[in-house]
Amino acid sequence: MSLAVKAVGIRKSFGEHEVLKGLDLEVAYGEVLCILGPSGSGKSTFLRCINHLETPNGGYVWVDGAIMGYRYANGALQELPVKHLRAQQSQLGMVFQHFNLFAHRTVLGNVIEGPMVVRGLKRAEAESRAMELLEQVGMAGKASAYPSQLSGGQKQRVAIARALAMEPRVMLFDEPTSALDPELVGEVLEVMRTLARGGTTMIVVTHEIGFAREVADRVVVMIDGEIREMGVPGDVLSNPADPRVRSFLSRVLA
Amino acid sequence: MSQSLPPSTAALPLADLPARDVAVRHLHHPGRWISGGVVLLLLAVIGRAFAVGQIQWPVVGEFLTAGVIVTGFGWTLLISAVALALGVALGFAFGIMRLSANPILRFAAWLYVWVFRGTPVLLQLLIWFNIALVFPRLYIPGLVDARMVDVVTPFVAAVLGLGVNEGSYLTEVVRGGIASVDRGQTEAAHTLGMTPGQTMRRIILPQTLRLILPVLGNSAIGMLKFSSLAATIAMGEMLNAAQRIYFINGAVIELLFVCATWYLAGTTVLSIGQYYLERHFGRDATAAAGQRSWFKGWTRRAVARGQA
Ligand SMILES: Nc1ncnc2c1ncn2[C@@H]1O[C@H](COP(=O)(O)OP(=O)(O)OP(=O)(O)O)[C@@H](O)[C@H]1O
Ligand SMILES: [Mg+2]
Repeated sequence: MSLAVKAVGIRKSFGEHEVLKGLDLEVAYGEVLCILGPSGSGKSTFLRCINHLETPNGGYVWVDGAIMGYRYANGALQELPVKHLRAQQSQLGMVFQHFNLFAHRTVLGNVIEGPMVVRGLKRAEAESRAMELLEQVGMAGKASAYPSQLSGGQKQRVAIARALAMEPRVMLFDEPTSALDPELVGEVLEVMRTLARGGTTMIVVTHEIGFAREVADRVVVMIDGEIREMGVPGDVLSNPADPRVRSFLSRVLA
Repeated sequence: MSQSLPPSTAALPLADLPARDVAVRHLHHPGRWISGGVVLLLLAVIGRAFAVGQIQWPVVGEFLTAGVIVTGFGWTLLISAVALALGVALGFAFGIMRLSANPILRFAAWLYVWVFRGTPVLLQLLIWFNIALVFPRLYIPGLVDARMVDVVTPFVAAVLGLGVNEGSYLTEVVRGGIASVDRGQTEAAHTLGMTPGQTMRRIILPQTLRLILPVLGNSAIGMLKFSSLAATIAMGEMLNAAQRIYFINGAVIELLFVCATWYLAGTTVLSIGQYYLERHFGRDATAAAGQRSWFKGWTRRAVARGQA
């Protein structure tokens, strides 16, 4: 399997507070990787560094043949213009905890926005492609609804379709079900499960241990800005070597 | 517990409870009738005072539609409209600069607001009108070379004075509007690959506009009234026209009443427009259906125009 993403020595500080302490990670095409860890351990920050919503203070992220945000020349990383960076970012689809749908656009409008504005697709083409994706996440019936008229689970499924519309190489999920009422979690996880089965490369920050155990090819446990454990779900979740990982898992599995 | 209840409530035993269709008698409100009567009386007294006072109502009626006055009102409307347009343009430009990542742009926008919101608008009008004293010539190489007095006519001075001043208020309004569009939508746009400019134009500004439209309604009403200040710089808008007439015929109050009538008519029309705008762009987020028809109509027209 060829590599899709390689993060090298990612460090990030907010003021004095060092949130990420030099993280390395490799994700292969077609792989589903789940990131677990206690609140505040830096999972979101790590995901946001991977797609450069936060600029790392150290290290770099390689995505499909290029370094995010930089050009490697003459032994140094030369920062790229923002337009370049955006083009790279569009290769990584992002699904947020709080959906972040465009409030003034319909469901369909949300999904066609990226393809039309960034990739220059004609409206008709963008719309037919968007309707396929909405079909896929079970939201085609709500294409002309506005986000404020949707439930949380419906919003998140639209957000997934919006991200998929850019045909990203990798999908990033930051706790996609944490803001949902318990009875709505299932419908979103079901969509993600289908994506995973279809071979989509995914990095998923989640508290849903069951989902990780069932769907993930590999699991990473982060504690205090470090990766403490990494491996197949069976090993990591059942008998972790690191005592802090063990205490974290016993807390969430209890 | 029971002694804290009013006796009339506590004294009703369960067995005596009335039937479910028992009659209900409402409280009387004598206070409303009395206060209403007092206000009506006062209004009658004021109305009578003006009716029998030293005002020649026929003169008011006569000048209400006089050519000079109507033309003056036309100028009033024109100054207000152009100044408001200038104010909105400046408000958006500086409002965006206020939130720029570039500290120099941020400072420039802050400076603009500080100066123009911090000084009286009448003073600004006078300065614009007399700007030729500072810069006798307006010279931009290859573009303009003219005497300042020819460029800054009373109309231009009025539009600049009112528009630039209004822009300083709207800068703060736009800044607040932009800041209130949640940051997550910007991040979502970035992850889709949209540039900062695209994000601003397509995601943030449309939502900002919806938030600040009610404020713009107030601005329009205020602008219509503030345009009367231009009378002081020899701009022939309505108040100035009225003054020139009453300097000759002495019907001071009559002409001022003529102006008041026109201003009231204008602000009333604007208030009605504002009411409908606010209904369309209600604060309630679930009113999306109403906003939708408005936006649809708007975009459809824009599209139709584009294809024509
Ligand atoms: N923009 C920021 N400015 C300052 N501190 C931040 C910022 N973003 C995150 N942090 C801090 O970084 C640490 C890690 O935050 P992060 O959101 O990455 O944790 P997390 O593992 O995603 O937690 P959770 O499970 O609660 O989402 C926290 O202590 C947080 O306060
Ligand atoms: Mg998080």
